[in-house]
Amino acid sequence: MSGHSTYEPKTGFERWLDTRLPIIRFASDTIVSFPTPKNLNYWWTFGGILALMLGIQIVSGIILAMHYVPHVDHAFDSVQRIKRDVNFGWLIQGMHANGASMFFLAVYVHMFRNLYYGSYKAPREVLWILGCVIYLLMIGTAFFGYVLPWGQMSFHGAVVITNLIGAIPLVGPAITTWLWGGFAVDNPTLNRFFSLHYLLPFMIAGVVGLHIWALHVPGNNNPTGVNVSSPDDTVPFHPYYTVKDGFAISVFLILYATFVFYLPDALGDAANYIQANPLVTPAHIVPEWYLLPFYAILRAVPNKLMGVILMFGAIATLFVLPWLDTSKVRSMRYRPTIRLYFFLFALDCIILGFCGAHAPDDMVIPGVAGLQLGDANLNSFVWLSRIAALYYFVYFWVINPLMGLTETPLPVPQSISAPVLSHPATTPTGAVASPEKRG
Amino acid sequence: MLRKAFAFAALGLALMAGPALSATTEAEPRDVHWSFEGPLGKFDKAQLQRGYKVYREVCSACHAMNQMYFRNLGQKGGPFYDEKYKNPNDNPYVKSLAKDIQIKDIDQDTGDAITRPGGTADRFPAPFPNEPAARASNGGALPPDLSVIAKAREGGTAYLYSILTGFHAPPAGMTVPPGKYYNPYMPGDMSSFWKGPKDKVPVGGFIAMPPPLAPGKVTFDDGSPSTVAQQAKDVSAFLAWAAEPKMEERKQFGLGAMIYLLGFSILLWFSYKRIWRNVAH
Repeated sequence: MSGHSTYEPKTGFERWLDTRLPIIRFASDTIVSFPTPKNLNYWWTFGGILALMLGIQIVSGIILAMHYVPHVDHAFDSVQRIKRDVNFGWLIQGMHANGASMFFLAVYVHMFRNLYYGSYKAPREVLWILGCVIYLLMIGTAFFGYVLPWGQMSFHGAVVITNLIGAIPLVGPAITTWLWGGFAVDNPTLNRFFSLHYLLPFMIAGVVGLHIWALHVPGNNNPTGVNVSSPDDTVPFHPYYTVKDGFAISVFLILYATFVFYLPDALGDAANYIQANPLVTPAHIVPEWYLLPFYAILRAVPNKLMGVILMFGAIATLFVLPWLDTSKVRSMRYRPTIRLYFFLFALDCIILGFCGAHAPDDMVIPGVAGLQLGDANLNSFVWLSRIAALYYFVYFWVINPLMGLTETPLPVPQSISAPVLSHPATTPTGAVASPEKRG
Repeated sequence: MLRKAFAFAALGLALMAGPALSATTEAEPRDVHWSFEGPLGKFDKAQLQRGYKVYREVCSACHAMNQMYFRNLGQKGGPFYDEKYKNPNDNPYVKSLAKDIQIKDIDQDTGDAITRPGGTADRFPAPFPNEPAARASNGGALPPDLSVIAKAREGGTAYLYSILTGFHAPPAGMTVPPGKYYNPYMPGDMSSFWKGPKDKVPVGGFIAMPPPLAPGKVTFDDGSPSTVAQQAKDVSAFLAWAAEPKMEERKQFGLGAMIYLLGFSILLWFSYKRIWRNVAH
């Protein structure tokens, strides 16, 4: 893809094919000879893990679609039938339902790795944006998929989320009705959600193709954030990274299998084992764990429209991150100040997740009366989500632009291979950062 | 109604005007040991058989189990599985259990509504023809379908056991509405039914089901004592099996998968170390 082909056709057929459709050359350049920085750590293995998860979700999903019935009267029972009567249906359904969680777990690790090592910075902005598009499509796919079993959480979750569209002034309610295919979440909604749930993964696969293409033009970033400067800095993708990724994938599969075989319902909600009933609203409507932080941001704002704007703004922010970060140093290994804010941000996302899981009125610290501040108690998840949501935006819109201009980064190694400078801990005293790399 | 559902999502500020005075509470489910706990746990077949008897003789009077067929009773891992009859439809014991139950059907020659003895391919019949009939016979409350009840409640099997054994006389100062029963394990909010001190509102809620079990209500064929605790434990285990008849298959398959993945990971780790041995990184 990046114009450095080292492939040489060996057989007559390969030579014949290479002048007509160089598909073997393409595969060889992409996953065999592709020069990869030799210092990639295990955080870099999640790209491979994600590719595998997408494959597992598509294959298991296609099989499930052969048995699933997208109708409000049959959907719930058909999922039970898959688990009870279809050969290995319990396994395929368990892999698909838990696979969604594992997919998101891997994508979050992948994204945080990106933030920490500055992989979104030039010349990888398009690569990062394509990743954000994939993430957005994943959220959509997961939401549509969660509606399909037509349990109580499926139905009422769909009601809550589709109603968000209604917050758009003037046209909102009309769009909501159009999306529902009626005046409530009902059979037409379930049918179109099924259709879209089947479509979006193939769109994801397409964007993944672009994502890999965009990766192969500038090549991988690496933990030092320093550009590859000589062939000594790289190793061929195969066998070096096929075996390292392979090991990481296998370990990740152990975690995945633990959920599929021993904790199949641990990540789900008990209420989704009750068939959807529009007349009975569950006490607590909560999305799956991977969407809880955004749910917390949505609920942190008293105004419905503002909540929706902020929730989507939280994702939209990611798209412009390459231009919010003003630092010229990629890796946070050499940016000790922002590193603290980064870990605080990671903690902030987990706190937002907890806020999303709790009812807004719940006390954060039980038993402490707390002050009434404005519309809510200071010791309630309302205020905690507000503070956490504020930090989410401040981290991207204030800390990132300012820090690049004010911080003094540690000395950055001259090259990936320069061993003495490979880690700040081993930096000799008096070493100076290259002045041209100062923010 | 849909707007109402949204209100929760959009934080429901109106509800937040003052700190909440009332909240749903329930007692922690009782700690019970089950044979099917843990990564290697299996169902106790004798317990499932007793549990089926409790369901059939007590619960099935009001509760349907729409996901269950008589053949399930004789399938691998089921209460009446017999090595001799791999196909549960051949299992004579399961056949006779099904035959004991009358099934509503249509006469294929006349089209008249008839009842006939059940077969292994029949679904467990529902006690009521429809939801209004079920509600009318139960003081307005709907007895939930029990097929996946063990997974549909927080606390699972322990919760079922706790509810079944948790009925007791309401504490003094509590007003129990007619047709309702106090149960500390039922999620609920007792504050408006409580006359005692405001800080001592009892946990739990009201349930529309009268205490279903009583000593000696079911005679166990294996001579197990027919106490309420025994009946409750056995029927809860049966419901756990019914909620996931493939649980044993899942755990067994999982053991093989885990051993395979562990071995594969170890091999890959050594391959990784060997391939990278000459690269400084």
